[in-house]
Amino acid sequence: MTAFLEMRDVSKTFPGVRALNKVDLEVRLGEVHALAGENGAGKSTLMKIMTGVYKADPGGSILINGCPVEITDAVHARALGISIIYQELSMVENLTVADNIFLGREPLRAGVFLDKQRMNREAKAVLAMLHMDMAPTTPVAQLSIGQKQMIEIAKAISYHSKIIIMDEPTASLSHHEAVTLIGLIRKLRQQGIGIVYITHRLDEIFEIADRVSILRDGSTVDSLPIAAVTRDILVRKMVDRELSQLYGQHICHATPDVLLEVKALTLHHPKPHQARVRDIDFTLHRGEVLGFFGLIGAGRTEIMEMIFGMRASSGSIAVEGHAVAIHDPADAIAQGIGFVTEDRKGQGLVLNMSVRENFSLTHLEAYSPQFFVNRPRETARCNDFVASLGIKTPSTEQPVINLSGGNQQKIVIAKWVARSPKILIVDEPTRGIDIGAKAEVHALLARLARDGIGVIVISSDLPEVLAVSDRVIVIKDGRISQTFAREHASQQSIMEAATA
Amino acid sequence: MTARDAQAPLPSRPAAASRRWTALLQLRELNVLTALLVVIALISFSTPYFLTTDNLMGVFRSFSLIAIMSIGMVMVIITGGIDLSVGSVMGLSSLVTALGFDSGLSMPVCILAGLATGLLFGLFNGVLITVIRLPPFIATLGSLSIGRGLMYIITHGVPLTPDTPDIFAEIGQGYVGLVPVPVVIMLAMTIIFSVLMRQTRFGRYVYATGGNEQAARLSGVKTGRVKLQVYMLSGVIAALAGIVSFSRYLSAEPASGFGAELDVIAAAAIGGASLAGGVGSVEGAIIGAALAGIIANGVVLMNINTYAQQAITGAVILIAVSLDVWRSRRRGA
Repeated sequence: MTAFLEMRDVSKTFPGVRALNKVDLEVRLGEVHALAGENGAGKSTLMKIMTGVYKADPGGSILINGCPVEITDAVHARALGISIIYQELSMVENLTVADNIFLGREPLRAGVFLDKQRMNREAKAVLAMLHMDMAPTTPVAQLSIGQKQMIEIAKAISYHSKIIIMDEPTASLSHHEAVTLIGLIRKLRQQGIGIVYITHRLDEIFEIADRVSILRDGSTVDSLPIAAVTRDILVRKMVDRELSQLYGQHICHATPDVLLEVKALTLHHPKPHQARVRDIDFTLHRGEVLGFFGLIGAGRTEIMEMIFGMRASSGSIAVEGHAVAIHDPADAIAQGIGFVTEDRKGQGLVLNMSVRENFSLTHLEAYSPQFFVNRPRETARCNDFVASLGIKTPSTEQPVINLSGGNQQKIVIAKWVARSPKILIVDEPTRGIDIGAKAEVHALLARLARDGIGVIVISSDLPEVLAVSDRVIVIKDGRISQTFAREHASQQSIMEAATA
Repeated sequence: MTARDAQAPLPSRPAAASRRWTALLQLRELNVLTALLVVIALISFSTPYFLTTDNLMGVFRSFSLIAIMSIGMVMVIITGGIDLSVGSVMGLSSLVTALGFDSGLSMPVCILAGLATGLLFGLFNGVLITVIRLPPFIATLGSLSIGRGLMYIITHGVPLTPDTPDIFAEIGQGYVGLVPVPVVIMLAMTIIFSVLMRQTRFGRYVYATGGNEQAARLSGVKTGRVKLQVYMLSGVIAALAGIVSFSRYLSAEPASGFGAELDVIAAAAIGGASLAGGVGSVEGAIIGAALAGIIANGVVLMNINTYAQQAITGAVILIAVSLDVWRSRRRGA
């Protein structure tokens, strides 16, 4: 069997980050090819190149049936026989199944009118191929997530795709739906379709894949038949790297004082035992850096959003030994909690406002005890932080939209630190910022802990979690899977706890 | 607040001065101010009468009501909302004030009743938007109709012309020196609200709410309360315009303020306010109202067919706002 899709020396550079470095990948027809790697290893970038969303750097090549091609966009990729099913399904909920399958290429009568009969007939044929018993006229809004995913697959087949890429297809499925999906994938394989299967769940790789390629830090580590790997080998290949070069010495500042105690925290749900995130218990100590690790979608961010009053929850939260009721972010802030959110642009900053205005938004009362804002005092304090955190900006009046990601992140941290919080939650603090700024952010977190702040760090970057945390809590499927003291945590043990 | 008294690196005097100049040159209001000056130059070249005190004061008075209402509107727009009810609120408030005089109440009570009507409508809008979470367009469209409907119910379509004390008529008809009282009110309101928006915590929160509501809320800003406050302010300000208007004509017409919301929104938009929120200013809105008012006057003075006036105003709005959008895109904002 020869490769249908071949990628050779494919690299991709973003400003400040090399996401892919000379990656090789071969996908054959009639095989299930698993792509394994940590969050941030480059899997997403690679599949975006396969589907024409990103253009690879010059120097590499992509071949289809041995002929070099330049994939220009998603439509072109589809014409070449490559389709993708994203983790976040993209369907028009108000339209029917047939409408969605033919969206953008509807068969017409007399060049103007939709040929609904033909659409329904052809949709029915594709659905039958997948052994799906469903009327093509069903509105998509009435389907379960699993069924919607099947429709996406039906759509891919109706394009006569040779290769279907599936990104974490089982992440949001029930067990029963996942079993159905895996059965379907086997059927597609028999029909000679190649499947690129991206997953964090190692068990699934062993259940379904014929071959596995492992990416790490943007490079292909290995590509092996599944019979040649064990679970241990796979995990080691995914995470192995030298930590000492990236991070400095860790000093623990944790004290026995309990700052935050969370008990039985559960996402609001009519049936609490079915809530997606539930029964979360943990404590945070003064001066401690507490890491939260988990795969994307495990529920880490939701836990913090409950603590910060952004999501309704049940359970109890106590700050410095006193039970507190937190209904919205203002309540959490009043309790001395700060939250550096993952989505810097959407939630952290008012982009068209200046550095100064963003900085002071959390604590404007400090400069305006009555009514008027004392601008000179506000500017002076902002300048202090710009200097002490090394924020690179022409002035405090610069709109934050013009600054780099690393400097924007420092401003978000500064606006909370200026309030002197007791507890600071930082969600993916170094995502999308360059290595130099990363190290500075890590040093800053350590400094905050030394000053007696309790810091919670959420990160998908395993080496980062290990380097900055005094303790690591691993979240899996919305619950705490395991808690590691720093000295007992290793990349392997944490990855096992997050995926097993 | 340990760092507060630390030595801060303050910019030296000349640097600060030059920065203030560049800041001034980057003002969004500058575009519309330029347009205003160009229009004034064009009109005064073709008809010298334009620049006479008499004419200018008349023009100022004629756009002052729209300008006053645009102050409330621009604050609403900066939060990312819209208030379509201002025309109706203006009319209904003038009617309530007239009803007060009609039933023999004292002047302060009548004025307060008018202002309270506006406050109530603003509160109503604000609750619909922040508590029931209706889109501002729909919420205020509903109160536009309710307000107008109430006016027809109360008046049966007949204007109300109660007896009023002479002193009341001064609000709409009087002068301070050469300047008509409505223009004085407009200028005073401009200064007060410009300071409010630039120098106070409230103003900062208004901009932050419209700039990124989620980021503002997550920073502890009570964005719901901010929105409620701007709709209440917009209601009261529209009511004030209604009282001035009633004082000027001493007759509460059932159609008073009809369609004014469009002129008011246009003033704010010409003045650089973005309907997406987060951007705009009180001064800009006033300049925007002035531009529209002066064009209307110029059309009359230059003997252009008055039927063409609306089309010309529309064209000027499109040109001014297009230039503004184009310039800010070139700046890469």
